[in-house]
Amino acid sequence: MARRENPEINAGSMADIAFLLLIFFLVTTTMNVDSGVSKKLSEKPPADYVPPVIKEKNIFEVNINRNNELLVEGDRMEIKDIKEAALKFIDNGGGIGKPGEDGTPGSPCDYCQGERSDSSSDHPNKAIISVQSDRGTEYGVYIQVQNELLRAYSELRNRLSKQRYGISFDELEESYKDAQKSADTKRLAEELKKKVEDIKIAYPQIISDAEPTS
Amino acid sequence: MSKFRKKKKGIPAVNTAALPDIVFMLLFFFMVTTTMRETNLVIENPRLPTATEIKKLEDKSLVSTIYVGKSKDPNRDGVGYNKIQLNDKISTADQVPAFIFSKRDKLAEALHPFMTTSIKADKESNVGTIIDIRLKLRDVNALKINYSSTAGVKN
Repeated sequence: MARRENPEINAGSMADIAFLLLIFFLVTTTMNVDSGVSKKLSEKPPADYVPPVIKEKNIFEVNINRNNELLVEGDRMEIKDIKEAALKFIDNGGGIGKPGEDGTPGSPCDYCQGERSDSSSDHPNKAIISVQSDRGTEYGVYIQVQNELLRAYSELRNRLSKQRYGISFDELEESYKDAQKSADTKRLAEELKKKVEDIKIAYPQIISDAEPTS
Repeated sequence: MSKFRKKKKGIPAVNTAALPDIVFMLLFFFMVTTTMRETNLVIENPRLPTATEIKKLEDKSLVSTIYVGKSKDPNRDGVGYNKIQLNDKISTADQVPAFIFSKRDKLAEALHPFMTTSIKADKESNVGTIIDIRLKLRDVNALKINYSSTAGVKN
């Protein structure tokens, strides 16, 4: 029998098949990266837990009522002003800080640039921001307030990081994350981790949620 | 005469042999950069609040998402912005622990502390609902929370 030439496979509809798959994936998948305000909840206290006594001056009280109005330390305030007020409070440094876990006595805040007033917080690691909201408060306003408070902290952290290490805290964290990714830069990552921890200890974020009013 | 006849041949067809390659390239790009949509929204797509101090959620397999917002079907679920959606249906805050446990079952125990709960709530929902969810999460020791929000402009 005469050998026939192999006929070429018709690939004309290949593009149609590929397009079909492409459209299927476009429809069923999402591309957005989730991002948002991260928070760590405190663990559930045991039943017989007695809360420690905290000095009034070390608490920065923020109240949001059901009409989404703010009361900060007893005064009405707009959302845009809350960052400055929180910053002033955290950075006051009027007294000595918390004693260390190994029993070393607390020391005054030598990096604070606040007014060192007696009626405001002693030390950034003692300064507690307490947010109390109503059950009827709008969630958007609540997040705005949390965001403003976090902004106060990040501004302080950036300032201290610039002072100590020459770069802002955001950049420091970024480079730490980059260094973590590869095994070659393990030494660098260790070093950066120390720096990140150092700043975090200097300005810990202590924002607590008080029981809501209803 | 023959000189003129040649012109009548017309333009040759465009070679489309490389078209499948191009489309496949696009296809692979989308397959790699996107993730599967895992839930159907029973509530209306929440209008997320805006924030500047946001962190990205790195590992999607460690994230369980709770939606809060307005139901698409007010006749069945009632009105208001405080409906909680777990998996594919409207639930109450009491069902949150079971939801978290079912998510945990799918992962190795060593990974449990790294699990994050992402709360996607509408701007207009009430803090009370969020607090109810948060208390339930604390009960089952799911302590990492991310309040999903869109990136705002820093000023």
